[in-house]
Amino acid sequence: MNKRLIPLIVFLVLAVFFAIGLTKNPREVPSPFIGKPAPAFRLPEVGNPAKTFGPEEMRGQVWMLNVWAPWCVSCRQEHGVLMQLQAQGVKLVGLNWKDKDREAAALLARLGSPYLSTVEDLDGRVGIDYGVTGTPETFVVDKGGIIRFKQTGPITEEVWKEKLEPMLKELAR
Amino acid sequence: MIPEIGHFSLILALLLALVQSVLPLIGAQTGNARFLAVARPAARAQFLFVALAYACLVTAFLQNDFSVRNVALNSFSQLPAVYRFTASWGSHEGSMLLWTLILAFWTMAVSVLSRRLPEDMVARVIGIMGLVSVGFLAFLLFTSNPFDRLLPAPPDGRDLNPLLQDPGMVLHPPMLYMGYVGFSVAFAFAIAALLSGKLDAAWARWSRPWTTVAWTFLTMGIALGSWWAYIELGWGGWWFWDPTENASFMPWLAGTALIHSLAVTEKRGVFKSWTVLLAITAFSLSLLGTFLVRSGVLSSVHAFATDPARGAFILGFLAVVIGGSLLLYALRAPTMLGSARFSAFSRESLLLVNNVVLVAALGSVLLGTLYPLFLDALGMGKISVGAPYFNAVFVPLMVPVLFLMAVGPLTRWKGASLPDMVVRLRLAFAVAVVAAVAVPLAAGEFKPWVALGMGLAVWIAYGVALGFTERLKRGGSPWTLPRGFWGMQLAHLSMAIGIVGMALVSGYEGERNVKMAVGDTAQLAGYTFTFKGAEAFEGPNYHAARGHLVVKSESGSEFSLRPEKRLYNAGGMPMTEAGIDYGVLRDVYVAMGEEIEPQVWTIRLFYKPFIGWLWFAAALMSLGGALAASDRRYRIALKDKAAA
Repeated sequence: MNKRLIPLIVFLVLAVFFAIGLTKNPREVPSPFIGKPAPAFRLPEVGNPAKTFGPEEMRGQVWMLNVWAPWCVSCRQEHGVLMQLQAQGVKLVGLNWKDKDREAAALLARLGSPYLSTVEDLDGRVGIDYGVTGTPETFVVDKGGIIRFKQTGPITEEVWKEKLEPMLKELAR
Repeated sequence: MIPEIGHFSLILALLLALVQSVLPLIGAQTGNARFLAVARPAARAQFLFVALAYACLVTAFLQNDFSVRNVALNSFSQLPAVYRFTASWGSHEGSMLLWTLILAFWTMAVSVLSRRLPEDMVARVIGIMGLVSVGFLAFLLFTSNPFDRLLPAPPDGRDLNPLLQDPGMVLHPPMLYMGYVGFSVAFAFAIAALLSGKLDAAWARWSRPWTTVAWTFLTMGIALGSWWAYIELGWGGWWFWDPTENASFMPWLAGTALIHSLAVTEKRGVFKSWTVLLAITAFSLSLLGTFLVRSGVLSSVHAFATDPARGAFILGFLAVVIGGSLLLYALRAPTMLGSARFSAFSRESLLLVNNVVLVAALGSVLLGTLYPLFLDALGMGKISVGAPYFNAVFVPLMVPVLFLMAVGPLTRWKGASLPDMVVRLRLAFAVAVVAAVAVPLAAGEFKPWVALGMGLAVWIAYGVALGFTERLKRGGSPWTLPRGFWGMQLAHLSMAIGIVGMALVSGYEGERNVKMAVGDTAQLAGYTFTFKGAEAFEGPNYHAARGHLVVKSESGSEFSLRPEKRLYNAGGMPMTEAGIDYGVLRDVYVAMGEEIEPQVWTIRLFYKPFIGWLWFAAALMSLGGALAASDRRYRIALKDKAAA
């Protein structure tokens, strides 16, 4: 064999590995919360502190807990998608994370709220219970109150079509 | 309006890059002079439009135009102007635009500084660089448009990553990219030579200054990155073998090998195929580094927002550029055989050994960097490869390179006498052994790696001194020696200085993590640290606590350190700003940890002997590179061009 071909062959082998590597995410460390019950909490609702919400109220339904914040630009990005999901009847609960300036209520009034209920996690305690590292993050919770999936980063049309929609259909059965 | 002008300029630049690559390459193949003549004007026009696009992006950042997504995600109204400017390359999109701008700049430079070269060669070089530009401009426009709008515009931006808000970050990325992308010139020359079949000494001479300049920029870029990590990360480290650091280090190793190999090819006409392969490798590794960082296949502290579509695009582009080049190499390289002969002990053979070992060291870094990816792809789990692997494999591989560094420049071309060399260097060897034993003993604790490092450093320094004395014995004064000679010797000497720094700081650094209340004292390496308390203060876009420590040395002298712990307003991200007392023989380094109770802090204390020698070595090495690149031979070539 021509030894001048060796560099090309080495590169092609590398390229195959890169192609496989692209389909994997090195940071996608499986969340330790998947398969565990959604941690309990009781928090006041945004804009209506007299009313509170806890995950046990959603028993028997498949729902999603969306961790967001008014200061988070990628949350603004996914807001449109969430509004569409709400129109399709997807049950979303918002966890308004570390909103120190208390902007959430005004923002939702202006842009519209995709949530059944949005609760206020001012000091981020509940976020810690859920292992939240940043916004947005979304947890899929099944009828039995078990976390089945965690989406890190915004929900885009593709994420919804490819991952979340099939999963929610499966869980709803 | 301005972002749209930028977007439109990019589209025009892409069209110009297509013209710049297609017509001249066809012209060179068919001998069509009118097509050849398109190369220079097209390259310059492409540069103008990319520069205009970049200016539009900078304007959007300086004017806080948060309706541009890129600005909203990476800037903040309270951000100081200088960081609003640097934020223009702080994002994925912006840094890719900077890459493209610098590529266009290098192409423009080739178009201006190439008047003495044959027209078909220039056309091919500019055409090939144009092809690379096409790839990057298409990447920007189709997957990473820096001018995308975000409507409705958010009231304020998300702020630039606080890690990047440091003076070191102002220069590090442009320097690094000047180096990375600069290797595209040597690459284009190599491909042009393969296409034309004219792979001769003239080709090597044209490539040399370009390669040296790119290598010099890369050296400075890597050193600035290391210095930034040292100051900003608060860990007191200067090299972490992080995938992104490796991504910049691998082209540097390949470039170092290329510089030496080009010297042999120019002077003696041998190793031609090898030199071409190294030129392809150096630029391929630059592209590979870009892929690794941008695609998110490896996790790294430099993580940008990752997107599989981008990764797939870059991978396809890599396959075309690298795969195509290596295929061309496989088809065309075998026809070119070197004619000159040399004996087993000669400068040629030593440089060959230098090259082989440098490439082996490069391979070890590549393997360590990609190993997690291989395992993950094979479904064998997620791991990370850290410093222990690299220190165990890379460092020993460098020992023969460093040993030969003293010998090579003293050896004659074609053939030299080994017994004669032993006589010339026996005193150097004796001095090196004495230093290897004496320095660690004087430091108080004998460590084998420190001994090896000190021995090699003295060995190299002695070789440099011998090189100067032997050269001057043959006549002349230091001022009449060619700059190429000065450049080489300074670069080699800087390695000796750098090794001293690396060996001593690795061997004798000290670190303590202590809890301190006001008035508490702690001891480290003969220094007494007294915590005087911390005060709150407001920065332009952060609030911070600034600690005050008084440090007293054994000799009784006193100085103050003021490390900071910053909390950035936009993201709430905490950052440390180390307090450092710089010295020739040691740095004393203090970083604030957490405030456990009011006015009680965890504080990290570091004693860093000889670490400053690393930065000095990098500066000297860059000076060496600049001198070598400006050698009279190349300047004469330039003057001829100006006269023509």
